[in-house]
Amino acid sequence: MALPQVKQTATDARLAALSLPEGGWSRPARESALARVQAMGLPGGRDEYWKYTRPDTLTAVEAPSAAVLNVTDEAPVFGARDRLKVVFVDGVFSAEESDELALEGLTIERLAEASDIHWAKDLYGTLETNGQTPVERPLAALNTAFATDGLLIRVTGKVEKPVHLLYRHESDSSDAILHHVVKVEEGGDVTLLESGPAAARFNKVIEVDVADGAGFHHVRVQGRDHERRAATHIFGRLGTESTFKTFTLTVNGVLTRNEAVIELTGDDAAVHIAGACMGDGDFHHDDTVFVTHDAVNCESRQIFKKVLRNGATGVFQGKILVKPGAQKTDGYQISQSLLLDEDSQFLAKPELEIYADDVACSHGSTSGAIDEDGLFYLRARGVPRGTAEDLLTIAFIAEAVQEVEDESIQEEINELVAAWLGRRRG
Amino acid sequence: MLEIKNLQVKLEEEDKQILKGVDLTVEAGKVHAIMGPNGSGKSTLSYVLSGKDGYEVTGGAATLEGQDILEMEPEERAAAGLFLAFQYPVEIPGVGNMTFLRTAVNAQRKARGEEEMSSTEFLKVVREKAKSLKIDAEMLKRPVNVGFSGGEKKRNEILQMAMLEPKMCILDETDSGLDVDAMKLVADGVNALRGEGRSFLVITHYQRLLDHIKPDVVHIMANGRIIKTGGPELALEVENNGYADLIEEEA
Repeated sequence: MALPQVKQTATDARLAALSLPEGGWSRPARESALARVQAMGLPGGRDEYWKYTRPDTLTAVEAPSAAVLNVTDEAPVFGARDRLKVVFVDGVFSAEESDELALEGLTIERLAEASDIHWAKDLYGTLETNGQTPVERPLAALNTAFATDGLLIRVTGKVEKPVHLLYRHESDSSDAILHHVVKVEEGGDVTLLESGPAAARFNKVIEVDVADGAGFHHVRVQGRDHERRAATHIFGRLGTESTFKTFTLTVNGVLTRNEAVIELTGDDAAVHIAGACMGDGDFHHDDTVFVTHDAVNCESRQIFKKVLRNGATGVFQGKILVKPGAQKTDGYQISQSLLLDEDSQFLAKPELEIYADDVACSHGSTSGAIDEDGLFYLRARGVPRGTAEDLLTIAFIAEAVQEVEDESIQEEINELVAAWLGRRRG
Repeated sequence: MLEIKNLQVKLEEEDKQILKGVDLTVEAGKVHAIMGPNGSGKSTLSYVLSGKDGYEVTGGAATLEGQDILEMEPEERAAAGLFLAFQYPVEIPGVGNMTFLRTAVNAQRKARGEEEMSSTEFLKVVREKAKSLKIDAEMLKRPVNVGFSGGEKKRNEILQMAMLEPKMCILDETDSGLDVDAMKLVADGVNALRGEGRSFLVITHYQRLLDHIKPDVVHIMANGRIIKTGGPELALEVENNGYADLIEEEA
């Protein structure tokens, strides 16, 4: 079927500005991804899946300029942890700033340098392709085709230290496309941390294959740069009795679309997807989640909290699809916004689609202001108004933050949120 | 300690006068009780004194140790030594009871220019005080009042009072929703705090709480005014005869 003219023109223009990397072993996957982008076309304003978020700046030929914010008033996120640090500056790997790519229990290589015979060959683009049905995600296919770098991480054991991907943004016009592949082998367990603003415009895909009994933990802090834009996808496939937990804190950013597309393919697996965002003014944050239950007795939780003020917009599109035979599914989904003033808005589209008869699925969505009774109670005990509001705001996002297993990371997240609130109090 | 003169208050949202000239003086170290039928203005008095929104003071004054409290923010009143034990303690999901207590204690200390309590010291003190109120470690860890029974919530109020060591404590129907054992526990907690110049204003419908917390003075409030003041025997009179006679007498 031919694409609408507007979409065809926009897609052609964007593709003409990019060149397919040589890619070695990944070349066939890239070519196939390119063909898929050409067939689908890039997202347009009329697409149902982009009803609440305008994709034009994400698909434009050039990245809209975004001023770099030099953070000097805050210690670098995760900076004090014992971790393997890998740095990308404007989407380009920095060997100088990165640790040696070696850690017990895993192998780690750069996508741009990986040799011709490679384990990632069967995975690169595969989960992304699976994730294109029933809903198309053209930006992810574009990523698979054109990613210039990324990491290929193969986890064979329980890894003590987290792997920390630190993204830095140094150029006002940088346009980065990174694609990571993580394969957690049977019994393996790894924590992946991500922080920083990456680029003026960032398109990122992570594909995570979690084998039977394996665990994947992901905590991401999206940077404070006010003007940056990001479209990210995390695709996950879970084997029997495996665990997948991801949490994202977003503070600022003019446009962020975070998609999580998870497939539960083995029995007794659990996936938790959580996010908290703090938005102020010219801020648009979209969490789009699609969880497919295709096995028995799996658990999925989606917990999203958005704190919005001064005209900020929050979006949540979350779906739980329970396939025939996926009995004993336990699905939970909650999306809530705390609107700190009347100018901000929250748009939510929760969806359940269930084809099995023995399942428990619940979902809820709310929008509200700071609880006046709670505020008075705290003040009546001597807590100043500002501190009381901060406490209630941190309490509001607590359910999402508590999805992070490591309590010291929870604390670090809460400190970032408190600092954000403090800066707004001036 | 607390001096209320001709206090007149109406609801902000509707033009309804609730307090029509309340006069009341609570001396340092004394326990005063206010009794009265529903709708007499007892809870409004407690809210206005602690600074809740939604009320407009149309006349009169209230001072705590000579300081005009009506102009202060709720947190300033608290730091000045005023404490309201809520009739309906508020549930605050996501804020741990311990965090809440420590934040409150240190905020008040800071406001008074005192040194903040270290976490070790705080932990020691809170454990000790919680123990006497039969509040276990689990309750301290849970979010403020969330999932607490009626009795647990009231005990938690008294624990806050014990930690904050206010000068002037207002207890708004602290006996409501309590069984006999829980009331005894709460009353013991309050009695342990009596003395050292600390004053209490105990608001209640019924005389039974006053069996446990013996007042020095009893006031009867009706229709937005104090209509009668007397000794503890006044509470017994109400218990036996109800409010109707007193209100009639006043009219």
